[in-house]
Amino acid sequence: MKNVKVGIVQFPGTNCDYDTQYAFEKLGCETKLIWHKETAVDDGTDLLVIAGGFSYGDYLRSGAIARFSPIMDAVGRYAKNGGKVLGICNGFQVLTESHLLPGALKRNEHLHFLSKHHHLKVVANNNTFLQKMQSGEVVNIPIAHHDGNYFIDPESLKELYNNDQVLLHYCDENGNISNPNGSVDAIAGICNMEKNVFGLMPHPERAMEAVLGSDDGLKMLEGFLG
Amino acid sequence: MKAIVNISLKAGVLDSQGKAVHHALDALKFDGVDDVRIGKQIVLELSQTDKEKALEEVTQMCESLLANTVIEDYEIELIS
Repeated sequence: MKNVKVGIVQFPGTNCDYDTQYAFEKLGCETKLIWHKETAVDDGTDLLVIAGGFSYGDYLRSGAIARFSPIMDAVGRYAKNGGKVLGICNGFQVLTESHLLPGALKRNEHLHFLSKHHHLKVVANNNTFLQKMQSGEVVNIPIAHHDGNYFIDPESLKELYNNDQVLLHYCDENGNISNPNGSVDAIAGICNMEKNVFGLMPHPERAMEAVLGSDDGLKMLEGFLG
Repeated sequence: MKAIVNISLKAGVLDSQGKAVHHALDALKFDGVDDVRIGKQIVLELSQTDKEKALEEVTQMCESLLANTVIEDYEIELIS
């Protein structure tokens, strides 16, 4: 099997970079941390991950300042050329702020910072990310965010569904919709129209060891192994 | 010149913080508040002296960074 090369972007305030590295190395990938002042992505990179955290202290809006870091031009070019990009939590916020993904992440509806395990249900699996999962499959993955309330206007929401861009819904352990943060349609993750840019609020990289509560993140991230 | 930028969630986008403050005002018996919207104010000290150019520059700042126009509106006030 080809050695999958994963680049992990670090901003000041990113704090899931090493968890993400651990996760992909556990899956046998070669990883490289990329400081945000870099201006290029290595040739041969199979996946770029914008890791979670609190880039720039979440000042102004979550992800708003990171979007203008030097590396983001390279991320944009990489994505436009069909490269695969995964944004987890703050990474998802950075990708919406960059307009690489549609919509925006608002403050959680009940204003609380949420940090707990939550179940997710796979919606569309006809994409690289979730190709190894079944539609309707339920996984147990941690969430940890203050601004995870996904917003998109009703017309664009329809387009997301029509084009199979809605990846994950929040649900309970039986797969019934359960919305922790007020997201439109309980959406936890989406992808772009071309299905090479993915974003989700939950943290699959924190669900890699059964002894720590769940290893459901393994089968989520395995999709990127091809 | 000074630019005062007021940013708020668009009409129709639920303002959870505004709603929570509205509840708190109700609890304090401040009747007669129909709605509460919370935004943020950004004050910029500009070296630009031409009002038209200043407005153009601050508009670009709002569109690119200061506001997320997917969910927010902005208003610019210039004080020379």
